[in-house]
Amino acid sequence: MPGVLSGLLILPLIGSALILFVRGEDEAALSNIRYIALLTTLVTFLLSLVAWWQFDPANSAFQLVEQASWVSSSITFKLGVDGYSLPFVLLTTFLMPFCILASWSPIQRRVREYMIAFLILETLMIGVFVSLDLVLFYLFFEGGLIPMFLIIGVWGGERRIYASFKFFLYTLLGSVLLLIAVMAMWKTAGTTDIASLLTYRFAPAMQKWLWLAFFASFAVKMPMWPVHTWLPDAHVEAPTAGSVILAGILLKMGGYGFIRFSLPMFPDASHDFAPLIYALSVIAIIYTSLVALAQEDMKKLIAYSSVAHMGLVTMGLFSMTAQGIEGAMFQMVSHGLVSGALFLCVGVVYDRTHTRQIAAYGGLVHRMPLYAAAFMVFTLANIGLPGTTGFIGEFLSLVGTFRVNSWVAFFGTFGVILSAAYALWLYRKIIFGKLVKPELMNMLDLTPREMCVMAPLVALVIFYGVRPGVILDAFSAPTEALLKSTGLALGAVEAATLVVP
Amino acid sequence: MTTAALPSIVTILPEIVLAGGALVLILIGAFQGLRSINLVNGAAFAVLVVAALATVFQASQTQMAFNGSFVVDDFARFMKVVTLLGAAATLALAIDEMSQERYKQFELAILVLLSSLGMLLMISANDLIALYIGLELSSLALYVLAAIDRHNAKASEAGLKYFVLGALSSGMLLYGASLIYGFTGTVSFAGIATAVKAGAGPGLMFGLVFLMAGLAFKISAVPFHMWTPDVYEGAPTPVTAYFAATNKIAAMALTTRVLIQAFGPDVSEWRQIVVFISIASMALGSFAAIGQRNLKRLMAYSSIGHVGFALVGLAAGTQDGVNGVLVYMAIYMAMTVGSFACILAMRTKDGPVETIDDLAGLSRSQPFFAFVLMSLMFSLAGVPPLAGFWAKWYVFSAAVDAGLVPLAVIGFLTSVVGAFYYLRVVKVMYFDDGPARFMPLSGVLKALLALSGVAMVLFGLVPSPIVAAAAAAAKSLF
Repeated sequence: MPGVLSGLLILPLIGSALILFVRGEDEAALSNIRYIALLTTLVTFLLSLVAWWQFDPANSAFQLVEQASWVSSSITFKLGVDGYSLPFVLLTTFLMPFCILASWSPIQRRVREYMIAFLILETLMIGVFVSLDLVLFYLFFEGGLIPMFLIIGVWGGERRIYASFKFFLYTLLGSVLLLIAVMAMWKTAGTTDIASLLTYRFAPAMQKWLWLAFFASFAVKMPMWPVHTWLPDAHVEAPTAGSVILAGILLKMGGYGFIRFSLPMFPDASHDFAPLIYALSVIAIIYTSLVALAQEDMKKLIAYSSVAHMGLVTMGLFSMTAQGIEGAMFQMVSHGLVSGALFLCVGVVYDRTHTRQIAAYGGLVHRMPLYAAAFMVFTLANIGLPGTTGFIGEFLSLVGTFRVNSWVAFFGTFGVILSAAYALWLYRKIIFGKLVKPELMNMLDLTPREMCVMAPLVALVIFYGVRPGVILDAFSAPTEALLKSTGLALGAVEAATLVVP
Repeated sequence: MTTAALPSIVTILPEIVLAGGALVLILIGAFQGLRSINLVNGAAFAVLVVAALATVFQASQTQMAFNGSFVVDDFARFMKVVTLLGAAATLALAIDEMSQERYKQFELAILVLLSSLGMLLMISANDLIALYIGLELSSLALYVLAAIDRHNAKASEAGLKYFVLGALSSGMLLYGASLIYGFTGTVSFAGIATAVKAGAGPGLMFGLVFLMAGLAFKISAVPFHMWTPDVYEGAPTPVTAYFAATNKIAAMALTTRVLIQAFGPDVSEWRQIVVFISIASMALGSFAAIGQRNLKRLMAYSSIGHVGFALVGLAAGTQDGVNGVLVYMAIYMAMTVGSFACILAMRTKDGPVETIDDLAGLSRSQPFFAFVLMSLMFSLAGVPPLAGFWAKWYVFSAAVDAGLVPLAVIGFLTSVVGAFYYLRVVKVMYFDDGPARFMPLSGVLKALLALSGVAMVLFGLVPSPIVAAAAAAAKSLF
């Protein structure tokens, strides 16, 4: 019996099939293709709202479950969501229409293939978050590499080939180790059903190996220092919408993997390896923030800032406190919105001038006041200013970590300070100052299409900054269940009594 | 003859169809000469299809013929169907190619029938004599096939090279077989298994090593792979496709049966050999292919690598492992036929071309062709959700289950290296620009491309049909 979730998987595929049947290469056909893609993503978003509406956040079990026979009796086609996965499903379907809109006029070459690649990518990304079977998860997790490889390679910048190969091979290398772990789990536990695996307890020695294999994959995806080097290349070369998806969704798969598999399935190993994660996180936060300070390319700067922010996420997750986990999850959702929006902001000026060099800009506020305002909101959210989503996530992660290890939290806080340095520096260089460069004299402010992209993001970043409970509520039930089942709760922390501004 | 002989005719019906068909077609060809080429080609294709159907409709129980030297079980039926399908598809490619190339010879189709007959005998061989007869029948026909384009120096070189090295390997195999016979006193696999169970001395193991060397040559596993790139490059492309898509499968079936049924009780002894040639093949197949510019040579190295992957399943030595080998070979056949159909489709007005760079800009000029080749490349790399992923899934999960985790890790690492050169083909087609150069596809090529593209996606999304059939087949060996 197909339900909402399989509908979410099928809808983008139907859209791409429709695009395949649009005849011709003229302007009218291209416009039809764009509208079909936009409509498909909008309908998918509406359907995901239906899923949200049917979802009960107080219940920590998997909901909207669908199951069908697939490969064998132990590997089935099983879908479902819980409080951890549903926000990411919504984030995916929410960001997709913006990606289509952001590609409206910049992409003029091979529009048909582009839209098909994006829609198939959407199916695969949603699949990662809704699959309740480990093999099915892997299928979606790695399948997403193909469309992303093509998006970077076909529509990317100058060094697109290097970037696309690096992206593909790096990620593949990480995920094959994950695959071996999946096989071992299948053979040991006799099932790949995630709900059953959550209650299966592997022997501690085996947990270590499995944890490391999962870590190899998720650390690359996340990305954590020192395996983050594919990200700046991929970000810089990808088209704007590709960067948005990369930063907004693909990076979140690593964090989602940690919370879905590593923490609940291998709690002993997670506990043992937490110091390793702390160390890598702290290095990532401080080192990549410093690297971000030295960048001359806008996209690269945001890419390094993403790595630093993901360091806060891993730190929070492995603090294994209610605040840390919920803060990290919130930080991921927030970062999905904020970094996606920042890449869209870069795209706006890139489409006008075709350069991403920070030095090529200056004084844009005089020509583009609306743009300056929107960019301001996202910059402040990236820094973590109270009142924006960035603050909630960073604060909770730091609080959670502080309860476990104050030194780690101390060093982690430098991330916040440094992010203010590089983000404000970027903003000042681009927006403020004298408008002297002749090629910037004729810049126009946001077009109505771009405003449609910016306005909802600005609204959400502020709304969730003021009322984070809407999202945090979803995380609290599964977090409570997670901490109870793994027995790792530190002290009698009430998950509900969060420090919320 | 009593009625008791009747079941054995049904048992060997596919072989009778092939042998009878080949003999009748030789007569027709000999009397009519080149005029009959269309008739012979069409009839040969029909004979292969009929033989495949006859195999499909055989009863699914283990039957013996010729005093137990010929066995038909689910394992044999599965491998025979895969082999015959591969043979039929590659024959269709050859017929299509012959209409444009100069090696118009009716003998090609007949040689395909005869070598396919040999392969069926290999798959069903249940003692060392039948093993050797099947192997030689198929090999002799293949030597001639490699050199069928006799005015082409490269093809003649390929044929000669294949023959000399093949004869050497047959010698090693025979020496091994004679040692085994000498130490066990029997040629039947069941008898050998009994002797092995009673305790395998060094002499028997010596024989096994020589036997394995001969078989490794046939499946082109490292270190007996040297002939593969040259023969693959030199032989006419449809013949190369035939080598890759059928001979390897039959030889792999034979290897599996010998190791599991004859030497099954002594897994630990032969496992080291299989693990070694598996790792060596995977590594060489991945690293040596990186420098290749010619697609046929690339496919040769790729096929060496894929044999290494399939051997991972055999190294496990379990029922799951054999299941993995079966799934792997079935999907490998589909991928190979599709890839060679793509190579054959690379035909400009001045003749066929073979280098990777000739594919530049294909995604613009022939999007359908490019898409099929892309899915084949991702499938060969083992990326989900394409069929090649499941092939790897089953062999490697069997190895992990058998405790061969290091082997699985090495295998996957080499598959990442391999992904690099498959990606490069995709890169040339999709990222690079180039002029439209290729002639429009013929009907046969179009059909085969569509079929293989659909197979890649369909078996990637719904692997259960192949897996269920392979599981039943694997069970019959134990």
